[in-house]
Amino acid sequence: MAAKTTNQKAWLFVLPVIVLVAFNAVIPLMTVVNYSVQETFGNNVFFFEGVRWFADVLHSERFHASLLRQMAFTGTILAIEIPLGVAIALTMPKEGVWVSVCLVLMALPLLIPWNVVGAMWNIFALPEIGLLGRVLNVLGFDYNFTQGPVAAWFTTILMDVWHWTSLVVLLAYAGLRSIPDAYFQAAKIDGAGSWAVFRHIQLPKMKRVLTIAVLLRLMDSFMIYTEPFVLTGGGPGNTTTFLSIDLVKIALGQFDLGPAAAMSLIYFLIVLLLCWVFYTLMMKNEDQ
Amino acid sequence: MSMITLKGIRHSYMPSPSLARDDDWALKEMSLEWSDGGAYALLGPSGCGKTTLLNIISGLLIPTQGEIWFGDKNVTEEPADTRNIAQVFQFPVVYDTMTVYDNLAFPLRNRGIDEALVDKRVREIGEMLDLSDRLATRASGLTADGKQKISLGRGLVREDVNVIMFDEPLTVIDPHLKWVLRSKLKELHQRVGATMIYVTHDQTEALTFADQVVVMHEGGVVQIGTPVELFERPKHTFVGHFIGSPGMNVLPCSIDNGQVIFAGQQVQTVDVVSGAPNGRTEIGIRPEFVSFSEQGLAVSIVKVIDVGRASIVEVRHADHIIKLLVPEGTSLPSAEAYIQFAPAHTHVYINGWLVGGD
Amino acid sequence: MRKPIWLVPTLYIVFLMLPIYWLLNMSFKTTNEILGAFTLWPQNFTIENYVKIFTDPTWYNGYINSVTYVLINTVISVSVALPAAYAFSRYRFLGDKHLFFWLLTNRMAPPAVFALPFFQLYSAANLFDTPIAVALAHCLFNIPLAVWILEGFMSGIPKELDETAYVDGYSFPRFFVKVFIPTIAAGIGVAAFFCFMFSWVELLLAKTLTSVAAKPIAATMTRTASTSGYELGLLAAAGALTIIPGAIVIYFVRHHIAKGFALGRV
Repeated sequence: MAAKTTNQKAWLFVLPVIVLVAFNAVIPLMTVVNYSVQETFGNNVFFFEGVRWFADVLHSERFHASLLRQMAFTGTILAIEIPLGVAIALTMPKEGVWVSVCLVLMALPLLIPWNVVGAMWNIFALPEIGLLGRVLNVLGFDYNFTQGPVAAWFTTILMDVWHWTSLVVLLAYAGLRSIPDAYFQAAKIDGAGSWAVFRHIQLPKMKRVLTIAVLLRLMDSFMIYTEPFVLTGGGPGNTTTFLSIDLVKIALGQFDLGPAAAMSLIYFLIVLLLCWVFYTLMMKNEDQ
Repeated sequence: MSMITLKGIRHSYMPSPSLARDDDWALKEMSLEWSDGGAYALLGPSGCGKTTLLNIISGLLIPTQGEIWFGDKNVTEEPADTRNIAQVFQFPVVYDTMTVYDNLAFPLRNRGIDEALVDKRVREIGEMLDLSDRLATRASGLTADGKQKISLGRGLVREDVNVIMFDEPLTVIDPHLKWVLRSKLKELHQRVGATMIYVTHDQTEALTFADQVVVMHEGGVVQIGTPVELFERPKHTFVGHFIGSPGMNVLPCSIDNGQVIFAGQQVQTVDVVSGAPNGRTEIGIRPEFVSFSEQGLAVSIVKVIDVGRASIVEVRHADHIIKLLVPEGTSLPSAEAYIQFAPAHTHVYINGWLVGGD
Repeated sequence: MRKPIWLVPTLYIVFLMLPIYWLLNMSFKTTNEILGAFTLWPQNFTIENYVKIFTDPTWYNGYINSVTYVLINTVISVSVALPAAYAFSRYRFLGDKHLFFWLLTNRMAPPAVFALPFFQLYSAANLFDTPIAVALAHCLFNIPLAVWILEGFMSGIPKELDETAYVDGYSFPRFFVKVFIPTIAAGIGVAAFFCFMFSWVELLLAKTLTSVAAKPIAATMTRTASTSGYELGLLAAAGALTIIPGAIVIYFVRHHIAKGFALGRV
């Protein structure tokens, strides 16, 4: 294809996008930066505080606790959803009418509003009235996600697996289907078994989609708010209070503008850093 | 080493094909015998069924009907990895994450072969294919022709390989490297001695590589023969069209009491026709064997195309366009001229098939 | 298949359907039955929960509001993304790589960070409690996504197509509308699908920027849970209804899901 031509007038094409995104990104972020270095006692009077809020947040036990919970959560769901998604994609039919059926049914959880996901699992997991809750209690587990931290974590993670694994499945499936048949034919002739085929053909060819899947899940799970909030409210106590939930509590609940703003910036930077690290790691072997 | 025999092979990609409908079948009924050690080409336009046939021979496809025998063994239901075959595909298939060495070693290691023997074979094949200095490089780093050599190498490295199949292997290779690879293949054929079957739609590739060419058209085998046979005595007008550049002139004629009449004049042909046959009758004559003369068929020159060492001259007589291949330097007559057909190379076809064909 | 490998996707799908089935189960029961007995299907099947939603403006307006801002957002996002994606795909210009990267980083922004600033920004702009506010706010994430997807599709179209059109005498606007857009129709579909999806499901910002007039269905549902005690049946019915638009959308694009992911960006 012909190379791109240099044309500064292209800026006109991107102008609407810049305006809309900047309006939503730059102005609020500037506000946040503003708040993060100031103190107010109301009546719109502000005093410059320097890095005090940043220091406070970084040293606060509350922040550490939320961050640790968040990392534990994200780590767990990544460890479950990625392998599970790939495994399911490998076992899905390659052609025929069942393909559409599978894809449609699997995609359904992805299009349910997040508060409904939370509410649905809330109803589903209620100890006496919900199917899951009732069954678990009948089986002998002392299960109540509103009171027990272990139960709350279990339910939250199960809910996330239920909600998002399909995204990994769809991406992995698309990656698998794009591998030309000739590779599998050659492997057959070479006498390769199914594990060898997975290791040397399927997995390498899925690298790009898997990177996208990992990045998306990493990012989105780190920012998760609505589902766990509706399910457990961050409780019992604060055992399932992840970063976003904590931040919103501080910002909109307590209106502590300074700490909230500082925490916001630190939060954003953590997400960017994580994405950058993972992206670099996964792309390391790409061009050699 | 074994002979490949196809008995009554027929194949359809549809779940329930009907024998009454020709179109249901990708491969029409065929029975063929191929001797071992030969270099064969499957030549034909896209969609003629050559890849289907290739995949049936290699075992990647099980034919809807018929049997395939390797020597005295019926392998119709046998999977590809037990048939002692290798296949090189249209675009290079290499295991990107492995080195060239590991790629070549892969088929041997999968069969549990002792590592010392693996090393010996890999180095042997590496030397044969001029890859010895790249053995430690990652396979993904090679150019297209290098990767095709690896694909070929994975086939050669197994000592028990009797048949190597090529499915248009030069498709993604740069033009100036095609010639190099083609010569390599010919050289390898002489060294290794395995039967080689080469699928292509390019007649130059087929005619230079193969001892015997199988010309296919719409799912059926039209003619099997040496390149010379195909050129001099095409058994079907399709073969005449397809082979040669430009292809054979096919002109309608009538047959009256054994006499062939074209454009009102009697034509001398090398094939003997008896009586007045039914069906579409045509004569076929290659442009190489049509020449200008003092008398004969009156024509007017329409177009002259210079193709280097010769010129293609298009002439017209009434509604018929006839092409001549005139060597360089020959002076051409003026707009009006006469042509004649060399009798020894003028063939008669009925419904597309050569009279006295088999 | 020798081993019943189809068991794996089957079990997974069953797992996916369980909570949905439970939701539907609840939605057809009265609150009394829910709290009183544990049954796998409604003993006294009733549609009173659904009737309430369809007849009570507090409820059905929630749906209307949600659909409104989702549609507005999808239209805006795709429309502005089209020229921008075209620019990224066809031209080099000062700062283009940095601009593209900056756009993508917005997708990585935690919505929680923007909750408060958006609240203040949109209040100051007098847009608080309007569907347009939510539609614009969602642009933060959807526009970068749309640009990314569209750019991927556009890069697959050879530039020769553009040049041929100019030679044929097309003006740029005419070329774009009559030639280019039909060619990348699949890409527009994918971009629109994803914009719809993200806007429909995201609710932190939707709730933050609305209160009464433009209240999305999510807010109505949470209010029900907290204020009037636990009207579980009603809640379940409301939730079940929100699944329908998603199901319809997937059903219509099912062929494209089967093929489309492999094209373009992925």
